[in-house]
Amino acid sequence: MSPVIKEFRLPDLGEGLTESEIVAWHVAVGDTVELNQVIADVETAKAVVELPSPYAGVVAKLHEQPGTVVEVGSPIVSFDVPGSGGPSTNSPDASADTNDDDAPPPKREPNLVGYGAAVEKTGRPARRARRSSGAAEPAAPVRAAEPVGAPVMAEAPQPSVPAEAQLERPRSTPPVRKLARDLGIDLTALNGSGPQGLITREDVLAEQQKSAQEGSGQQGSDRGVQSAETGGAPASRMNGERETRTPIKGVRKHTAAAMVASAFTAPHVTEFLTVDVTASMDLLARLKTSRAFADVRITPLVLVAKALCIALDRNPTLNSRWDEAAQEIVQHHYVNLGIAAATPRGLVVPNVRDAHTLGLRELADALKGLTETARAGKTSPADLSGGTISITNVGVFGIDAGTPILNPGEAAILAMGSVRKMPWEYQNEIALRQVMTLSLSFDHRLVDGEQGSRFLADIGTILSDPGMVLTMV
Amino acid sequence: MPLNNDADATQDELVQLIAPNGERRSNAAYDRWVSDVDDAALQALYEDMIVIRRIDAEATALQRQGELALWPPLLGQEAAQIGSGRALREDDFVFSSYRENGVAYCRGVDLTDLLRVWRGNASAGWDPYAINMAPPQVIIGAQTLHATGYAMGVLADGADSVAVTYFGDGATSQGDVNEAMVFAASYQAPVIFFCQNNHWAISEPVGLQAHVPIAHRAPGFGIPSVRVDGNDVLACLAVTREALDRARTGGGPTFIEAVTYRMGPHTTADDPTRYRDANELEDWAAKDPIARLAALLDARGLLSAEVADSVKATADDVAARLREGCISMPEPQVLDVFKHVYSEPNSWLDRQQDSYEQYLKYFDSADADTAASNSSREVNR
Repeated sequence: MSPVIKEFRLPDLGEGLTESEIVAWHVAVGDTVELNQVIADVETAKAVVELPSPYAGVVAKLHEQPGTVVEVGSPIVSFDVPGSGGPSTNSPDASADTNDDDAPPPKREPNLVGYGAAVEKTGRPARRARRSSGAAEPAAPVRAAEPVGAPVMAEAPQPSVPAEAQLERPRSTPPVRKLARDLGIDLTALNGSGPQGLITREDVLAEQQKSAQEGSGQQGSDRGVQSAETGGAPASRMNGERETRTPIKGVRKHTAAAMVASAFTAPHVTEFLTVDVTASMDLLARLKTSRAFADVRITPLVLVAKALCIALDRNPTLNSRWDEAAQEIVQHHYVNLGIAAATPRGLVVPNVRDAHTLGLRELADALKGLTETARAGKTSPADLSGGTISITNVGVFGIDAGTPILNPGEAAILAMGSVRKMPWEYQNEIALRQVMTLSLSFDHRLVDGEQGSRFLADIGTILSDPGMVLTMV
Repeated sequence: MPLNNDADATQDELVQLIAPNGERRSNAAYDRWVSDVDDAALQALYEDMIVIRRIDAEATALQRQGELALWPPLLGQEAAQIGSGRALREDDFVFSSYRENGVAYCRGVDLTDLLRVWRGNASAGWDPYAINMAPPQVIIGAQTLHATGYAMGVLADGADSVAVTYFGDGATSQGDVNEAMVFAASYQAPVIFFCQNNHWAISEPVGLQAHVPIAHRAPGFGIPSVRVDGNDVLACLAVTREALDRARTGGGPTFIEAVTYRMGPHTTADDPTRYRDANELEDWAAKDPIARLAALLDARGLLSAEVADSVKATADDVAARLREGCISMPEPQVLDVFKHVYSEPNSWLDRQQDSYEQYLKYFDSADADTAASNSSREVNR
């Protein structure tokens, strides 16, 4: 039962205090004290408080005199405590690590409620020294990033450096890491020029320039592809470069190939017809109030599509295909009506199957579904193939006319312009009428000028005087 | 209209069954709610109050000795907490503030669990479903919303348990408390709003924010209310039982204002002598909740030396266990920070933990072990 000396260090008596003043001692050296007996009055920045003894024992030493301001963590009193069975012998206050710690405790900043803690400038929060640089007894490799279910955003491919070698991520900052990821640059391959090997934005850009020169002419390099896949704005725009190079791929590539194939294999002829569509617009207005069409949206496109189907029946050569391989002309007895649609992914031309069998209402529904699916980017490949003739509605962009290029494999494409109110001849007078220009391109291998002209005129007739349909069907 | 700055002006409305001098007052409306409280039960209430006062004193000492970072004392509020806490059924659910350590004791909280948060070793000390009491809410008044939501759930379940939420006079100025009362009234939810008006919202006296007694606000929400002498354990028991009965039988919410007094500081980091009058403290010391029950017991011959010794022994034992549990509490491990974030495995968090584990391995193991506990160690020194 040998007595043990227990040292009591001034605790932080408030929340975030640095020091307190010993106002008075209520005990003297040699006094026997009970657990929780008041031994001192201490004044902090917040309050005068009574200090209860943490031990039952005999006061061995008072380290500080009354009136002294003591830093939190400094010893203020020591006790002789009976060696065994004391309730407090395992108090952390006396833990061994306090003995070899002769350095004064770190300077503390007062932290009153509501003012927040000051940033500690010394000690622990500073970056601790590393045990060694990688080589010695490498820790298990950091698990490489892997797809981990819902919450993870799209991750760029990780550099394929062996995980063992990559003990530590190269030093850089988050925006620089983002830049490198966008540009497809592997940070582990760079030597940072910043302090302590920090990889800077300039380092990444220099690497990009270097590899761009090395790989010039090499279309669609891996790096470029990554840049496009990450979908962000090209990083170079921020850096004031005068050009942006985007790899040719995806929808753009297919569109280009189709256009080239079409433009340089099928001799295009384009004809224009401007028609007074006031009667059609009146018809549209009436349909809007009609109970039969109450819940569908009939647009000029729907009327044009229907007119095209009717006119096609009278001019079937516009609905044919040139089969170069078989050296045959294929005459379709059905209409798969393609509609050119601008989508977030680019131009696509999905088609309405067997459009010739559809009534006006069904056609409206089909077109609505088609364009919505396309704009949502959900058009299936099947919907994109097998078209026999197409309509492109440039009118929605406020355009009157154009010379559309044929969808490959089709004999004709009709561009409908915007409906404008214009001064127009009407019953031998000048009147303000609603007018639309139709532009029809056709493959002159399949379609002669006469057939194309009659087809276009039929559509014009229907749109200018819908009643004339009675003479056509 | 003259402003009434004294929210205590209507003292005569207080439900009181034991006068400050220990005299048992009869009350036609509330006696029946405590008719079953016999001598032994009175002694048990007395012991409870002595024990939680001792828990409070021991924890305050532990804070002064550097073993706890902070402690919010309940000194003076023992009757309000024991009277209400002992009225509850096991399947009722408590949503408290940080000061209801006496209520937690009634719920059967493990003494060490009670201190985990205040030692800075955990974000929550206990499993709420083990004792049907949520961890202490530090956000002022937020727990009233939780209680009301829980009570609406009880309605949906068709159960007859009750949610009881504790808060102070200051919290009644918070939006949360008022919103909770709107919902509780609208849904007739089985929830009790138990306000311990201890007269001080830290340094703000209750009269500044309540020009009429706080209990008078509740009827404006459509909630019946009662003011009770919060230093009278029997009266607190009675009004809580009445409110519980109302809630269990489809009568909806009740607001209880227990008028009491915070005899100590707001927390151990506060110095109330800077803002309140010593005379006020003296006035309230004369209304001490334990002294008046002791006087009643003594008058009835129920406080023999034997009983007093037994109560003291119980309190001593609790205090010793509390201290031992506190100072022998293991420091949290570095990686414990990843626990209890999600109730189910989460691959993203697993990855973060994995990376952090690897990071820690860059340092000497001894260094890494002390990394997380360093800050609390400093406090202890």
